[in-house]
Order: sequence, then C-alpha cells, then structure tokens
Amino acid sequence: MAKDGEVQLFGVRGSPFAGRVQVALELKGVQYTYFEEDLRNKSDLLLKYNPIHKKVPVLVHNGRPLAESLVILQYIDETWGNHPIFPQHPYHRALARFWSSFIDDKCLPAITKAAFTANKEEREKGSEESLEALQFLENELKHKFFGGESIGIVDIAAGFIAFWLPAIEEAVGLKLLSSEKFPKLSKWSEEYTNHPVVKENLPQRERVVGFFKARYASIVASK
Amino acid sequence: MEEDKVVLLGSGFSMFGMRAKIALAEKGIKYEYIEEDLTNKSSLLQEMNPIHKKIPVLIHHGRPICESLIIVEYIDMVWHSNSPLLPFDPYLKSQAKFWADFVDQKVYHASRRVWISKGDEQEVAKKDFLESLKHLEEFLGDKPYFGGETFGFVDVALIPFYCWFYTYETFGNFKVESVCPKLISWAKRCMQKESVSETLADEKEVYESVLDYKTRFILN
Repeated sequence: MAKDGEVQLFGVRGSPFAGRVQVALELKGVQYTYFEEDLRNKSDLLLKYNPIHKKVPVLVHNGRPLAESLVILQYIDETWGNHPIFPQHPYHRALARFWSSFIDDKCLPAITKAAFTANKEEREKGSEESLEALQFLENELKHKFFGGESIGIVDIAAGFIAFWLPAIEEAVGLKLLSSEKFPKLSKWSEEYTNHPVVKENLPQRERVVGFFKARYASIVASK
Repeated sequence: MEEDKVVLLGSGFSMFGMRAKIALAEKGIKYEYIEEDLTNKSSLLQEMNPIHKKIPVLIHHGRPICESLIIVEYIDMVWHSNSPLLPFDPYLKSQAKFWADFVDQKVYHASRRVWISKGDEQEVAKKDFLESLKHLEEFLGDKPYFGGETFGFVDVALIPFYCWFYTYETFGNFKVESVCPKLISWAKRCMQKESVSETLADEKEVYESVLDYKTRFILN
C-alpha cells in the first residue's frame, strides 16, 4: 500500500466543497484517487459512504468514509502533519473553527439568498446580509491570508468568496465584493486564487459561470 | 478580570448553553456563570460575541470563544488530562464531529419546527425530527454512550435536548420512546451522571416557558 494508505475523494467538478478537500490534500502532497459523481444519478458507492446526507465531498481513507468538508479538513490536518492548516494553540484553533463555520453558516446562505431567490425583497435582504458578512471578514483579515503568511483553514473555507462569488456576480448581475468597499478581501481573493496549489485545482471559470447562469434562469422562469 | 478566570455567558433553557456547562462540570472546572437576558443583551455579550450576539460564550484569559461545539472542543483541548470528550484517534474524532454537527443541522432545526408549527407543517417536522433521532440511535448501536464506554463529545452535544423532549412530545402529540427506545435508555444513563443531572433543566419548566413564549408572541 502507498505510504498515505488508500485515499479516495468523491466530488463534483466545480463544487467549492470538494474543492476545499482537494486543496488540502494537494497542499500536503497526499496521493489520492478522484471520483467524479453525477448528482442526478448518485453512485452506489456515494450512497454507501454517505447515507445520511448523500452529498459530496466524501473522503475515504483506507476504506473508512468521512463526510462534511470542514470535518474532512480537520481529519486531513490531523492525519498528515506537514503543512498544517489549523493553528496548534487551542484559542487560535477555536477562532479558526469559528470563522470557517461563519463562511458556511452566514456567508454562503446570504449570498445564495442575494443571487438565487425569485422574490425581490428577499434578494435585497440577502444582499444586505452578504455585505454585513463580508464586512466581518474584511475586518478579520490582518495579514496576507487569514492563516497569516501561508494559507490555512479559513482561507480554504473562504475559497468560495475568492472564486465562486465573482462567478455568481457575473452570472446574475450582482456586485457584492467590490474593491472599494472591501479592499483587503479583494486583494486576498487575488492572492488566494493565484496561490500555486489553489490555482491548479480551480475549475474552469466559464463552466462555473454557465452553471450559475442556468441556476438563475430556472429561478427566474419559476416566478 | 483575572487571567485564569473562566466565565460562561448563558441563558435560560438553551440546550447550547447546557453543552458548555456539562463540559465544564465533566472537567471539574470552576467558573462564573452569567445569565443573559436575550431581550436585553448586556454590553459584555455584545462585546464578546459581536458577530452573532448569541450565547453561550466562554471567556477564558479574557478572550471569548463562541459557538457551543467550538466551546466544548476548546474545553476538551485546554483541560485535556481529565475526562477526555473527544477520541484520540483522528478517524473516531472526525466521526464524533460529524455526528455532533448532525445534531445541529438536523435534530435542532426539526425540533424547533415541531413546537413552532401546526398542522401539516408540524407533521413534516415530527417526521424529520424522529428520523434524525433514529439515525443517531443507529449510530449509537449497543454502545453505552456515543463516546463508547465513556461519555463523550456527541453525548454532550445531544443530551441537553432530552429535557426538551417533553415539550416536543406535548406540542406534537407523540412519544420519542415509542420510536427510539434505545435513545431514551441512553438518555436515562446519562442522567445518572452528576454533570448532566445538575445541568439539565426540569422538563416541565421548559414546557411552561415555551408555552408562555408562544402565548406572548401569539404563536397559538
């Protein structure tokens, strides 16, 4: 068996969540096999490995499956100690967990509401909530990356903001992440997406924009 | 405040606040508890949790830690030598995190809908709530605790909901025990622990407070 054991990742091309896991694995130089899922026709393996949520990403290490991207990232960091993505100190670790959860619990739902809701008032509310969330992140950014001089868990979680949010903005005609309002976050987005490991693992932008355009069109059509 | 002092901001019958209390009790940590009035949030709460302005907040060395599961993990890391809550093995640790997260994602939201909604919406909520408990019961299997032989992270995450079961059952007209008997046995086992029995609220008091809340906000 390879030194890392057998590592498999079930994902979907273009998924920001599967993307997080890929960045972490690549940063640590872990060899893995990638399986592309079709979410309209989920494989038996996916359903076996993630019977609860039936979602990607799923990481399988030596036959043992794990689901939920932030849980998977913690596992990866504890299993492969090189290039740590979590801080060691309990307090800083708690902060890193807080901000990564903030991305998923506050930023993503607000952005989704701002872009993909039929109701105009809901969309406006979503925009307000998104701007508020982005401001918290802007205030939190004190170095080149959230992780300091090198990328860490919060940067990886916030990858959605760096790459997927601009794609959503282009697809639906929204502007949230402006460099005037969020100079630090905008600069961070550039640094993050140009990081060699991140850049190599980003999906094709046109495809992602296309996906969001189709999603937006279906929302508008269902009005 | 003194450097080493531990302070916990909590409120009423919050199951999230109870998680932090149980973890602190398990570790035998002395702390100051401050009861927050969530209709009139203190300047301390707003300063310590400016993002969410929610409880619980743990303050240690003058620094705040927010979000109940993050607080429990922090407590477990800092006071790691007694009563460990998370397993040492990375895979088992991740499994525990997954299921604790499941409690937040599935159990909590469905349970809220059970006591807030009526009619068809409530029926859907009941089904979702019981289904989520069934998944947890399956994961528990024949183990005495979710943590195995000892009380652990998932036990801490879920047990506070036990004192709310009476509320859900009364509003929803069902009994958890008839669908998840093993889970009720597990809950009663946890209640044998002082850290749990001293922390969990009286189920009738929880019900009265929810009834009062519903009446005041005309949710009937």
